[in-house]
Amino acid sequence: MTSIAKPQIPLLPLERNQLGLTIRDYSGSMSTLCAGCGHDSVTAAIQEALWGLSIAPYQVAKLSGIGCSSKTPQYFDSAAVGFNSVHGRMAAVASGAAAANRDLVVVGVSGDGDSLSIGLGNLAHAIRRNVRMLYVIANNGVYGLTKGQFSASADIGSRSRKGEPNLLPPVDPMLLGLSLGATFLARGFSGDKAQLVPILKAGLSHGGFALVDVISPCVQFNDHEGSTKSFRYVREHELQDIDADIIPVRGQIHSEQTPGSVTEVELHDGSRVLFRAVPEGYDPRDRVRVGSYLVESARRGEIATGLLYLDETTPDMHQVSATTQDRLWDLPFDRLCPGSAELAKFQARLR
Amino acid sequence: MAELAPRRTLVPIPVTDVEDPSYFHKVVDCQWACPAHTDVPQYIRLIGQGRYGDAYLLNRKSNVFPGILGRTCDRPCEPACRRGRVDGDAVAICRLKRVASDLREDVGSGLPRAAEAKNGKRVACVGAGPASLTVANDLMPLGYEVTIFERQQLPGGLMRTNIPAFRLPAQVLDEEIAVILDMGVDIRYGTEIRSMRELLQMGYDAVFVGSGAPRGKELELPGRHDEVGETHIHIGIDWLESIAFGHVNKVGRRVLIIGVGNTAMDCCRSSRRLGGEDIRVMARRPRQYFKASPWELEDAEEEGVQIVVNHAPRRFLVEDGRLVGMEFDQVEWDEGAVHSKTVGTVRIDCDDVILAIGQENAFPWIERDLPLEFSSPQLAAVDEVTMQSTIPGVFFGGDAAFGAKNIIWAVEHGHQAAISIDNHCQGVSAAQRPAQTMRLTSRKMGITQWSYHNDYNPHGRQEMARVDLKRRFERLNLEVELGFGPEETAREVQRCLNCDIQTAFQAPLCIECDACIDVCPVRCLTIIRPDWADEEELRTRLNAPAENRSQAIFVSEALPQTGRVMVKDENLCVHCGLCAERCPTAAWDMARFELGIPYAGRPAEVG
Ligand SMILES: Cc1cc2nc3c(=O)[nH]c(=O)nc-3n(C[C@H](O)[C@H](O)[C@H](O)COP(=O)(O)OP(=O)(O)OC[C@H]3O[C@@H](n4cnc5c(N)ncnc54)[C@H](O)[C@@H]3O)c2cc1C
Ligand SMILES: Cc1ncc(C[n+]2csc(CCOP(=O)(O)OP(=O)(O)O)c2C)c(N)n1
Ligand code: SF4
Ligand code: SF4
Ligand code: SF4
Ligand SMILES: [Mg+2]
Repeated sequence: MTSIAKPQIPLLPLERNQLGLTIRDYSGSMSTLCAGCGHDSVTAAIQEALWGLSIAPYQVAKLSGIGCSSKTPQYFDSAAVGFNSVHGRMAAVASGAAAANRDLVVVGVSGDGDSLSIGLGNLAHAIRRNVRMLYVIANNGVYGLTKGQFSASADIGSRSRKGEPNLLPPVDPMLLGLSLGATFLARGFSGDKAQLVPILKAGLSHGGFALVDVISPCVQFNDHEGSTKSFRYVREHELQDIDADIIPVRGQIHSEQTPGSVTEVELHDGSRVLFRAVPEGYDPRDRVRVGSYLVESARRGEIATGLLYLDETTPDMHQVSATTQDRLWDLPFDRLCPGSAELAKFQARLR
Repeated sequence: MAELAPRRTLVPIPVTDVEDPSYFHKVVDCQWACPAHTDVPQYIRLIGQGRYGDAYLLNRKSNVFPGILGRTCDRPCEPACRRGRVDGDAVAICRLKRVASDLREDVGSGLPRAAEAKNGKRVACVGAGPASLTVANDLMPLGYEVTIFERQQLPGGLMRTNIPAFRLPAQVLDEEIAVILDMGVDIRYGTEIRSMRELLQMGYDAVFVGSGAPRGKELELPGRHDEVGETHIHIGIDWLESIAFGHVNKVGRRVLIIGVGNTAMDCCRSSRRLGGEDIRVMARRPRQYFKASPWELEDAEEEGVQIVVNHAPRRFLVEDGRLVGMEFDQVEWDEGAVHSKTVGTVRIDCDDVILAIGQENAFPWIERDLPLEFSSPQLAAVDEVTMQSTIPGVFFGGDAAFGAKNIIWAVEHGHQAAISIDNHCQGVSAAQRPAQTMRLTSRKMGITQWSYHNDYNPHGRQEMARVDLKRRFERLNLEVELGFGPEETAREVQRCLNCDIQTAFQAPLCIECDACIDVCPVRCLTIIRPDWADEEELRTRLNAPAENRSQAIFVSEALPQTGRVMVKDENLCVHCGLCAERCPTAAWDMARFELGIPYAGRPAEVG
């Protein structure tokens, strides 16, 4: 908590996006998280990405489960619709929202506990369906809200604040995603917005399920010596040799120069991702190579970050199910619910 | 760790030295702009707490005349005020000073007292204006015997003779001057000093010249020195003096004021009170180039005075031995008002003309064959720091030193001259100046609790109530402004942004979590790799470009985890404390900055 709300300074010179809005127009209420919590930086990065892409604030649906991380949708984009689901069920609710209104920009924020422990099944199937949404896991290795128990992303040997080591192997959401056919996989760090914001922008422009794992230290329960998700540990072990730029079709256009020798991937809305630097032999579209890169870097004790995997060819949920182009609320009621006579006819066909 | 590899050769970064008192002092925009460095935010805070006497005394320490200045100060602090950059209107600093003065309880015990024993040194001051009075204020408590020679029968200088009583009541002037004179100053009224040589021979240990800039500028145009000219064309400052002493009590119906500075404003408003009905202030240049303070112009216009721009005087019109009017060139100006061209002439009828086109220094009483050098025909050569002339032991201050300024500058000159005089009399070089000091004390009370009011109050600047126009001209000396009431005061004190509560940073504690960066409502913080070429480049690379070059950029030492540095643009920080509230390690703190200002015989002290 803070003692006061952010002062609204009338003369503040703020940059405007294509909609004429400033970053302030994407803000929410004041955070009630612990001072210094990584999740607040994730919030700031999401806000910056939405603003930078000139996404209309009301066009956004922000969803979450339960946890400190899941509280954060409250802290950005007050004009959006929001849904705070039960623990671990955000992916299901988000799938429904995306199905009902294909124009929504769906942003889910969850935690490692919410997504990788209780919610793992829901997450797995949203990945499989390739629901078009940005799914952020603010990953701190603990259940912050319930006072710091190890979560399913805690590394073996990482120690709790009291010194006990974690004995179970971690779920790596990137490897999990690869195995389930995810189409966009990226990892960032709350302490590095210069990298995180472009990743989030790419995820928001992606034509399917964009899974972004953000290492987001819990200053209260997991930022001590012995933790592998502390600010210091991540800074010392971060492997940042994949360097990608996003050139969005909407939003702010910055340097448009395409550098030489880049791998370029076009996103569904026409935005482009340019991989400026990748390790020798790395192809962000090659599942097998990406998989081995992740396993190898993890074995070396490194945390690989960047836009790791990207596939724009797999159809998303709407395409697979050949759903209507209309938002469901735009359909006349007799089309949405054709009545019992139609139902009887349909059932007759199945007899 | 790729992120940590330097992209460019690191240049040694200039880490900001926050122990230099001038760094944080500059952040307190008003205090920095005030010639006497009044601790504005603290006196505003004291007013907010109802401690009017303490607020008065804090003011008095640096500016000596809070009641007078609370009504008349030129307010260099207000254009500098941070609040102006935030919502367009400065805090009404000056009017709050008046609140402290109006509502002060008995402050007797906090006022200076003459030393019990004299130190045997005698100082002569020429003139009893604010400059000399400040010298006496500072030296009497140290045991000096101060003698003031004043040509007039009353003390105060231009504050008495030129600032009209409807802006500054005599009682306010008397009270604050009495505090100084009652310490036992030997004041000789009706005594004009006619020879510097003789004065120097009178055996004083030091001489202070605070005789002002007494000569109003002439306008040598045809008709000026005709017989009528002498009776119906007046020099503004002399005319105001005649009003102050009751020698003039009426003016013609139609009055032209030539010039558009603050003197012109006092002349036109005085005319309004002496029977003038059709009063025009004639300006050569367009409005944005006026010297008068905007609030003085507003006051004059409210009272029905017309301000006429782009008219250059040509001649006085005298018919049948009577001043009947003036002829003006109508002019047009180019961009920037550098060159003008005449586009016509016009006659404007009038009964009286008042010339208010500036003041000059004149020292007919200083012999030019003394070792006292002059830097121009009108001005003695005076050192800007020590106020010493080329004769050791002879000092100048106020309008006499560098030409006409204002009261607060006269006070500051007086303080500096007093230090020099004390040095001189104690055998120390005037050039040896005592240092300023500083103190920082945390305002932290709890995790999100501060011992200062950190919330932002969106209220606009409060208007001051004035005497109704119908009643305003009943008496010549009826004070127009009524002072702030409790509600205006309560709102106005909360508009202050607490610039003295500094964001104090300790790099070794920072874990680079970005919490402060994210929460700052004005985006004035940036954590950045120290690889910029110069401050100009740095200014463009911050989260929000730092375009106000008059404001400092803070650069920390290297942060422990990445070697990057914390950078803060001081320009728009609203001192809300949110960075310190969100910092998990207390690397940021909100700490009150106090500037220790040295005075004569009293080294700088804080608190
Ligand atoms: C019309 C007008 C309005 C003004 N309004 C404001 C205002 O609102 N706010 C503001 O801050 N400033 C204002 N000023 C300016 C301000 O009054 C002066 O800057 C200030 O008073 C200068 O102080 P001083 O001590 O240098 O000299 P002065 O105030 O000029 O005092 C000099 C004294 O020395 C005496 N003296 C001169 N020569 C001799 C001599 N040879 N022997 C003995 N005595 C002598 C004079 O009689 C006088 O009393 C105004 C000035 C004018 C003309
Ligand atoms: C069904 C259910 N089971 C358990 C809980 C208790 N609980 C609340 S938050 C939480 C874990 C949150 O961890 P994570 O998603 O990592 O969020 P963080 O607080 O670390 O950001 C748990 C187990 C609950 N609210 N609901
Ligand atoms: S407990 Fe941890 S995750 Fe929760 S708000 Fe505090 S620092 Fe953030
Ligand atoms: S006090 Fe801190 S948070 Fe507030 S404006 Fe200043 S730097 Fe920003
Ligand atoms: S909040 Fe504190 S620890 Fe975090 S970056 Fe700012 S100063 Fe450093
Ligand atoms: Mg967690």
